[in-house]
Amino acid sequence: MIRLERRPQPSRGWVIATPVLAVIATMIAGGLLFAVLGKNPVEAIRTIFWDPLFGDYASYSRPQLLVKAGPLILIAIGLSFGFRAQIWNIGAEGQYMVGALAGAAVGLAAYPTESPLIFPAMVVAGALGGFVWAMIPALLKIRFGTSEILVSLMLVYVAQQLLSAAAFGFLRNPEGMGFPGSRNFGDYPAAHNPELVAGTGLHWGGIAAVLAVIVAQVVFSRFLFGFQIRVAGEAPRAARFAGVRPGAMTLACLGISGALAGLAGIFEVTGPSGQITTEFASGYGFTAIIVAFLGRLNPVGILLAGLLMALTYIGGEIAQLMLSLPSAAIQAFQGMLLFFLLAFDVLANFRVRLGRKVAA
Amino acid sequence: MNRRQLLSTAAAATAITALPRLAFAQAKPKIGFIYVGPINDGGWSQHHHEAATKMKEHFGDAVEMVYQESVPEGADAERAITQMALTGCSLIFTTSFGFMDATLNVAKKFPKVKFEHATGYKTAENMAVYNARFYEGRAVCGHIAGKMTKTNKIGYLASFPIPEVIMGINSTFIHAKKANPDVTISVVWLSTWFDPAKEADGTQALLDQGVDVVLAHTDSTAPLATLQKAGAYGFGQAADMIDYAPKPRLSSIIDNWAPYYIERVQAVIDNSWATANNWYGIKEGMVGIGEFSSEIPEEVRAEAAKLEQDIVSGAYHPFTGPLKKQDGSDFLAEGEVVDDGTLAGMSFYVEGITDKIPS
Amino acid sequence: MIIDPVLLTVSLVVAATPILLAAIGELVVERAGVLNLGVEGMMIVGAITGFATAVQTGSPVLGFVAAAAGGAALSLVFAGLTQGLLSNQVATGLALTLFGIGFSALIGQSYSGVRPPSIGGPLFGPLAGLPVIGPVLFGYDWVVYLALLLVLGTGLFLARTRAGLILRAVGENAEAAHALGYPVVRVRTLAIAFGGACAGLGGGYLSLVRVPQWTDGMTAGAGWIALAIVVFASWRPGRALFGAWLFGGISVLQLRLQAAGIAIPAQYLAMAPYLATILALVILSWKGGRGLAPAALGKPFHAAR
Repeated sequence: MIRLERRPQPSRGWVIATPVLAVIATMIAGGLLFAVLGKNPVEAIRTIFWDPLFGDYASYSRPQLLVKAGPLILIAIGLSFGFRAQIWNIGAEGQYMVGALAGAAVGLAAYPTESPLIFPAMVVAGALGGFVWAMIPALLKIRFGTSEILVSLMLVYVAQQLLSAAAFGFLRNPEGMGFPGSRNFGDYPAAHNPELVAGTGLHWGGIAAVLAVIVAQVVFSRFLFGFQIRVAGEAPRAARFAGVRPGAMTLACLGISGALAGLAGIFEVTGPSGQITTEFASGYGFTAIIVAFLGRLNPVGILLAGLLMALTYIGGEIAQLMLSLPSAAIQAFQGMLLFFLLAFDVLANFRVRLGRKVAA
Repeated sequence: MNRRQLLSTAAAATAITALPRLAFAQAKPKIGFIYVGPINDGGWSQHHHEAATKMKEHFGDAVEMVYQESVPEGADAERAITQMALTGCSLIFTTSFGFMDATLNVAKKFPKVKFEHATGYKTAENMAVYNARFYEGRAVCGHIAGKMTKTNKIGYLASFPIPEVIMGINSTFIHAKKANPDVTISVVWLSTWFDPAKEADGTQALLDQGVDVVLAHTDSTAPLATLQKAGAYGFGQAADMIDYAPKPRLSSIIDNWAPYYIERVQAVIDNSWATANNWYGIKEGMVGIGEFSSEIPEEVRAEAAKLEQDIVSGAYHPFTGPLKKQDGSDFLAEGEVVDDGTLAGMSFYVEGITDKIPS
Repeated sequence: MIIDPVLLTVSLVVAATPILLAAIGELVVERAGVLNLGVEGMMIVGAITGFATAVQTGSPVLGFVAAAAGGAALSLVFAGLTQGLLSNQVATGLALTLFGIGFSALIGQSYSGVRPPSIGGPLFGPLAGLPVIGPVLFGYDWVVYLALLLVLGTGLFLARTRAGLILRAVGENAEAAHALGYPVVRVRTLAIAFGGACAGLGGGYLSLVRVPQWTDGMTAGAGWIALAIVVFASWRPGRALFGAWLFGGISVLQLRLQAAGIAIPAQYLAMAPYLATILALVILSWKGGRGLAPAALGKPFHAAR
């Protein structure tokens, strides 16, 4: 029989190999799925993974990878702080929305003034909005012990309604012929988050994402705070002896992830998305959770995982267009990727032993 | 970096990559469709796809048709539309209001490609908008509803308080009231275009208030299923929903985009395409009225048919005065007909409706 | 215009049934110490398997059996990963939801707009005609009564049976239970399967009775609400019933207020159930402290020997 024996340290070799194995396994299983749907599996897999990078229109789709991956990476870095400390912020989607709302409100209040201060003010407001929204579960957890998972999740639905109320009411475009939705930030240069270098898809959000990766890497490897987070997650009692106060840890982790999610929101609404609408939130907050795990809560890993996820999105869209692959198949495909990763993860944390148990 | 530099660089880059494909495309036009929902959602996107399929059948091998479903609004939409343009589409239909800005942005980058945006209001030299005069259909259904209600209460399942929905409510009420001066209307705002569970709940909520005829601006068959259980009446929306005839379905408003799609694709083939703001109704075949159920008495059927004919011939416009606004102020004088501009921006109820529009 | 309390109660109970079913299942799972965030995925897979089976066979009863089986099957994937391969429960649950939504949409492609066979009228037909108590007590279909029986059964099981005691022990301290010789992994896997079956039933109720129709993503967050109800109920079945009614009530109240002509901004009213849940969570945590949750909730169990 097969037994699992915990390794004292996660095996370095397997930690790197498991994502690769998971991707290969997903390609095979996904290929089977596509074959069942009547599509050529090799062509489908190639369209999803290869074409966006090196295909006919790759000069357009490559920069789009960054547009799509930027917010995912930014939010996932924020989440990784909390997840390492076993503080589960599931409500990043709500913090993303509130950040976008807060920043957009500031910008629209200033309309039509032109000033270089407006965009930075909006960015700060966005980070603050996400931070405040994350403080609700944080403070409730500290004061009352309520589950941050459920509170942050419920707040996602509340935030969605706020977004809708804004799009129909207090942020509605007065020149929009009665239709819902705010002004388009593309028409308001002082508040616009444009492509900084033509043809690269890089906007301020992308830069923020890269900066976040670097800062997180530095904090985790060189700062006491990074060490404290890790200990708080792996051995909470030892952490307390080391002087870590759980309340402060909760505030810090939820605050960081909230602020980063809010930042992602404001960059997205002033950039690629363009306006506050009811449908503004496209699930980045939830996908970022997957990205955080795919990247094993490591900043560089998250960078790669974010790009991989973006690849499956963009590749999936191309597969839809070129092969008429149903969009539901891509969602199932992404779920499979995560399943395989979680399954292969066991190899990194445990040694597989065959044979009977021996009495000690 | 200013926008013009940005756009021209992007346009140059894409034009270079697209050039070989575009040259080929003139030979056999590639028509693209962008849907906001899945093609089998049983509602809005499905009807657009059915019409697109009919268009393809009509032209056979003379055109190629591609589509992308479940495209979220925003950046993803812009990318999807751009990809369609890059892969050589000559005409792209974007079938949801929320795609407006994305379509416009891509239209600016691809001046040789033509775009058609549904239910919007921004146009460009290579971007047209199209919409259907659903209020004409609602006038006919409203008349039937006014005559068929026994409790004098009719109900309306509304989605969002945008002009299109408000004009639908107004048109329904004006004609229900003409048919039955005692009638009142209750409106429930579902904040969705398609959500069978909510639609069923909303219908039940209206029924609990004593309503016995329900019209819907939302697209699923759930209201009819609920009405059937309760023994009340309703109308099909976007599709004929003939399964539910003769009771509860009295008639229906049918989205029929196929004639328009065929017309516009033909224009591209003939090189006669020009930008426009096309608002078509029953006459042009974009709005269909479903067969009248046998539950409707003979004389009411005749009245409804005549109303439909008058609208088609242009003898009658559903918004003809004298009409007042809900707040009592004047809207249309005797014999005056509303202009398209006012309709497109309609944000008020007509007199007689007691509910308030949510702000 | 006022709202009829009898009609409101009837619609409230019907609206509460799917989330009640999912909640009672997840409650058992969490009492065994496992946090399965994949309730939404299991519900929607149950919705489509139930719908497809009912349409293909013409029998709604078979449909419900299939719905339960579908939910249970998906939950076994979760069980395999978390109990067998010791993967992180939060991540695995989320993966389950993502996969479930996509997978169900794939199967459901040929079933949109199709009418399922009717489940039939009130179980206690003639009694439902009595004034007031008729519709309120007797006017429901058999699934509503099944859900109520499940709540009662679960309560009795957890509090009064030996098996229930073992399950609770596993949820409080898995290592100790293992030392006492109880099969921790097997107990948890059975609990997970039960949770999956109940979530599937809840999903089936949505697609076969409540709407009744199949649409992509039709559960619309019901699974997450069920998770909240479990916590709101402090993991006690009786309170889960109350929580489901409260939640179902607020969501139907919103529409009825509108139909009655009372103008409340739709979005703020739509927020109400979620804010109410947060408030309830706070009150319960404040009064009871964290000691109410099963102590081993969320921690993976790995037999050291």
